Formats: sequence, structure tokens, C-alpha cells
Amino acid sequence: MNDFISLNQGSGGKLTHELIEQVFVGRFGMVKPLTDSAILKDTRCTLAFTTDSYVVDPLFFPGGNIGKLAVCGTVNDLAVSGAEPMYIAVSFIIEEGFPVNELVVIAESMAEEALKAGVRIVTGDTKVVEKGKCDKLFITTSGTGILNPDLEHISIARQVKTGDKLIINGPVGNHAIAVLGARDSLSFTSSVTSDCASLNHLIRNVTQNCNEIHFMRDLTRGGLATVLNELAAMIGGGIVIEEASVPVDEPVKGLCEILGFDPFYLANEGKVIIVVGAGEEKRVLDVMRSDPLGKYSEIIGEIIPDKKKLVVLNTSVGGQRILDMPSGLQFPRIC
Amino acid sequence: MKYIDEFRNKNLIMNLAVLIRKSVIRNYTFMEVCGGHTAAIHRFGIPFLLPDNVRLISGPGCPVCVTGTDFIDKAIAYSKMEKVIICTFGDLLRVPGTVSSLEKEKAAGADVRIVLSGLDALDIARMNPENKVIFLGIGFETTAPGTAATIKQAEKENIENFFLLSAHKVMPPAMEAIIKDGVNIDGFICPGHVATITGSSIFEFIPESFYLGCVVAGFEPADLLQSILMLIRQVNQNDPKVEIQYNRAVTLQGNLIAQKLMSEVFEPCDVPWRGFGIIPFSGLMLRKNFERFDIEKEVPVRIIFQEDNELCICGKILRGLKTPGDCLLFAEICFPENPLGACMVSIEGACNTWYRYKLNK
Repeated sequence: MNDFISLNQGSGGKLTHELIEQVFVGRFGMVKPLTDSAILKDTRCTLAFTTDSYVVDPLFFPGGNIGKLAVCGTVNDLAVSGAEPMYIAVSFIIEEGFPVNELVVIAESMAEEALKAGVRIVTGDTKVVEKGKCDKLFITTSGTGILNPDLEHISIARQVKTGDKLIINGPVGNHAIAVLGARDSLSFTSSVTSDCASLNHLIRNVTQNCNEIHFMRDLTRGGLATVLNELAAMIGGGIVIEEASVPVDEPVKGLCEILGFDPFYLANEGKVIIVVGAGEEKRVLDVMRSDPLGKYSEIIGEIIPDKKKLVVLNTSVGGQRILDMPSGLQFPRIC
Repeated sequence: MKYIDEFRNKNLIMNLAVLIRKSVIRNYTFMEVCGGHTAAIHRFGIPFLLPDNVRLISGPGCPVCVTGTDFIDKAIAYSKMEKVIICTFGDLLRVPGTVSSLEKEKAAGADVRIVLSGLDALDIARMNPENKVIFLGIGFETTAPGTAATIKQAEKENIENFFLLSAHKVMPPAMEAIIKDGVNIDGFICPGHVATITGSSIFEFIPESFYLGCVVAGFEPADLLQSILMLIRQVNQNDPKVEIQYNRAVTLQGNLIAQKLMSEVFEPCDVPWRGFGIIPFSGLMLRKNFERFDIEKEVPVRIIFQEDNELCICGKILRGLKTPGDCLLFAEICFPENPLGACMVSIEGACNTWYRYKLNK
């Protein structure tokens, strides 16, 4: 195989097969013969099913790469819905000229992350497009998992009520700053690494050992503020957040100060917000903190009655303001 | 974080809030001139800590907000030309021109790049010698020295494809215009970063000629509350003067090297401010010996621009005569994602800040 992807490798013929065989099949542990669909047995139960596309630029960043991200993201979407992630389908769109060795590294980290999360990559597709028709590599992953019947209320927040507590599993904003720092266009580098991780083990730990879990959502694009506003809208109530309780790492804080960003709006790839019934929060916190991905968990706020469905932030200095949905991208400020 | 946490200490802030409550004997209205102050005040929820008779209004110190439609239209016109790269600070991207914005032009294929300083734009010029690289110079005395340094560097290296479209402005003439416009305030929270460069002495004319107090303030919550307290005391003692609260950064004379750079490269000119019209000697244009970097001299463009939506009161907000809450368009058809007026665009604009942070909109 050549060092760089060519259009011929997307032809569907021999070269496509060779690419799939040499880069993906073995690493993903796919079962041969490769058919048009993966046939999954023993699924007479309620399924969660999700899909997401990954177009991150740059493909490699401190703490991960597009492949790891694609697996974690799909695993997390399933896990926060109350499902046990099981199978993943993956689709690659590759730009002609893409270095094969980079594709191998990406496939390897996908395989590694899938193994860690305990999911199997069972089916996929590969397309090669002409140079300039896509930016290096895009990945789409879809995933399915069996929904825990006790957790069917989780994704729609049906049981959330006034007084419930909100817990987060660690500092916010690291992924966005890591990716931004890895870009050539903004001239800063930082020691911040992405929080990109599969959260299903942490979540299973919580759901198996605690009661009164009323809602879960992973914090991705739009950050904490977006999820909180979505939750307020869903439950038709308000949320109050204590700014001082929300963990933010020092380098992230510093860069946000310089660039004029708000860490509440920055993307994460390994953070989850869990809403628990009042009285159960200490237990949940203990369980979360005993997990490596929840070591820095904190209780950050609670559900309050509010017809206006506002997210109110008690600022760390004793002031008060709303925490609104972000509108569009955050841009670095002038001065 | 050092130099930040100390000024966000909750006990200190609560003490300052108590002192302010104890000091008030009447109604007070202060104008925070700088957009950075507006953003900080609302981000930290400062109005919540103030008694009802202390009112803060936002001034003209958000550089994006006061940049005229004509500047955006010119930038858009250049962005549509062949072999042109536009380099801009991020906030400018979404500002509406007469019919389009740089963000829309970027989506349509124009080469518009976000930079953090003029020197980043100069790098882009070095790497793309076949293109004209135009840096949109915007901002007050805080960013103008950076642009001046960039121009000097471009001259030194003889970089022929680097150009400036300047909307740089200086602060004092606008403050004077506001006072003459009849705004009813009891003092200014003066821009701390501007004063870092210029020194606090540039505000001396305000107490002298207009009998209004000035406190040069830092940008952390303790800075702002202390500055408000200092202004209240000035009013109570009927003793308007220029005081420096932000004394860890600001001196009387300011940064002399930066001032020299600015005056070497730029000269004052009359420029339009959104909402004010033309303010004499409030703009900065390149001096004759740096003229070759002026894109308007190199490639003149003609644009036909329209003023803002006639219901938009950005002008009055920037002059401190109205607040965003007075605007019929605010949060009805004017939103951060689709701004009609400039105050809704920048994260330091009064409308944008109100929209994002204010509890009772």
C-alpha cells in the first residue's frame, strides 16, 4: 500500500478492500466475511441508538485524536441515555493524499478506546474524496446499546424535581482549549490536554450503586451552559449554579481570561452532569470520586422553581446573573 | 490565579459592597466608558451587589460597537477582491455592514482570518507574498501601539504586501463629546487599559473643564467596587478629580515607549463614530511616511452604505442616553446571533452583555 491515500482506494474495488483489511478489520476485531450489515443477536429489549460526525481540526491534539473522540462521543451519548453501549458502526470520509500512517494511528486509538469502553466496532464504510473536497478526514460513528429499564426516564428528565442536586465529574473547558491550542492559526500553546474519555464505566458505577439518578447528559459543544439551559427548558423550571463550585483548571482559566472566553461555554468530551434527588448527592459524589474519571467531581447547583426557566449563576464574588445559551461561536476578543 | 484571585476574594468584595451601602447619601449615575468594564460588571453580577440608588451606564468604549458601518463595508469590499487576505480580530466578524458581514463573506469564500495581533497578520503576509494581506486595525490606545509596532516592523523588513485598514480611535474626544451631548452622569469609571498606555493624565481635562470625577479602574470585581466607592466619595465631598484605582498597572504618565510608537506612526484625524457622527481628532491615520501601508491609498474603494435600522438606539446607548432595555428591537428582533445594531455584536457591547447576563431583561 502507498504512503498516501489515493482516489483509487475509494473505488470499491481491490484497493478499497486492501485498505479496509490492512487498516481497520484486524484492529477493530471485525468478524469476516464483511457483509453489508452487522447482524446482532439477542437484542429483544429496548435499544438506545445514536449517531455523530467528527470533523475536528486538527485531527491530533493533546489528549487524543479524531478517532478516539469518535468512539468516546458515541459511547457517552449512549451511556448518558441510561444504555449499556455495545456496538459501533464507523464511517470514514478520507481526502485523497491523506497519509496512511496517520490513518493507522487513528484506527489504533479507536480500537484501544473501544476495548477500554467494552464496545465492539462491528460495521463500517470507507470513502475517498478528491483533494479539497473534504478536510483530511471526517468520521461518523453510530452506536447502539441496551437500555437499562430502570433508567428509561433519564434522557427525558421525567423525574427531575425541585431540590434535586447537580453534580459534575470534573473541570470544564479542557477539550476546547486543547484543540484551540493545537491549531496553527492562534499563536498560543498550552499544557492543557483534552478530557476526551469514555464515561460508561463511571456512569455504570453510579447507576448500579446509587438511587435517585434523575438525569444525565454529557457536555460537548456549547459546554455546561448549553446543557443547563436545555435541562431548564425540558423540566420547565429553573437551575441555580454556584460559580465557585464549578471546577475549572488554572491554565484554562488563564487562557479564558486572555482570550475573553467563558469556560461555561467551552466544549468538553469527557464530562457529564448528573442530576440526583436531594439526600442522595453525597453518596453519588463519593461513588463518582472513587472513579478515576470522577476524581474531581463537585456538586455545583440545584433545581429551583422558576417559570421563566432561567439558569441563574451565583457568581464567585457574591453577585448574581443569568447563564444563557451561547449564540454562535465564541471569538477571541480585541483587547 | 495570581493577580486575579486576590481581586475576586468574596470577603473583600462583600466588605466593599457594605462600604458602598454605608456611603450613599443620594442617587448616583456613573458611566463605565470601557466595554471591558461593561462585560466584567455584568459577568460578575456587580449590579446585584449595589444599592438601587447607584446606577451604572455603559459608554462608547467598545471598539467594535463604535466602528462605523462604512468601515465594515470597506472591509467587505476588500475581502471580495482577488488575492486578498483579510486579517481581523474575532469580534469584528459578525458586525453587520449595510448588506453583509465578514462572517457571511467568509462563508461565501472570502479569505478572512482571525488573528490575535497585527504581528500574526504580518506573519500571514510573509507566508503569502503573492497576496495582499490587509489587517483591520481597530481599537483604542490599547491596541493602536501594537498596530504601530507592526507597521514599523513591516517597514523594517520591507514587506510590500502588508496593508492596514485603520479604524483606530482615541478615547478622550469621545468622552468630551458625551459630556457636551448632555448626558446626566456624576462621574466616569475610566478605562484602565487605555490609561495603562496613555497615563491617567489624559483625563485631567474632565474635572478641570466639566467638574466631573474620574477613577481609572481595573477589571476585576474588587477593582470595580472600589472605583465606585471612590467616585461616590468624590461626589459626597464635592471634590471631582482624577484618581487611579488600577495602580498596579496605571501611572500618571503611562507607557512612554508605546506613546512614542503611536505618535511616530499615526496622526490624529476626524472620524465617524457609530452613534456620534464625526468627532474631531478622535481617529488615528497613518502618517505620510507610512502611507504606503494604507490600503485605502493603495487600492481605493467606493462604497455606498446605509445607517443602522432607524429603530435601533445603539447611538443613544453609546452616548449613555438610553439603556438596552429602552430599545424596541432588543431581544425582540435583535439578538447576539443576528445583531441589528453594533452594541449587540461584541461580547463587550452593552446590549450583548445585557442579553447574556442580566436577570431581568
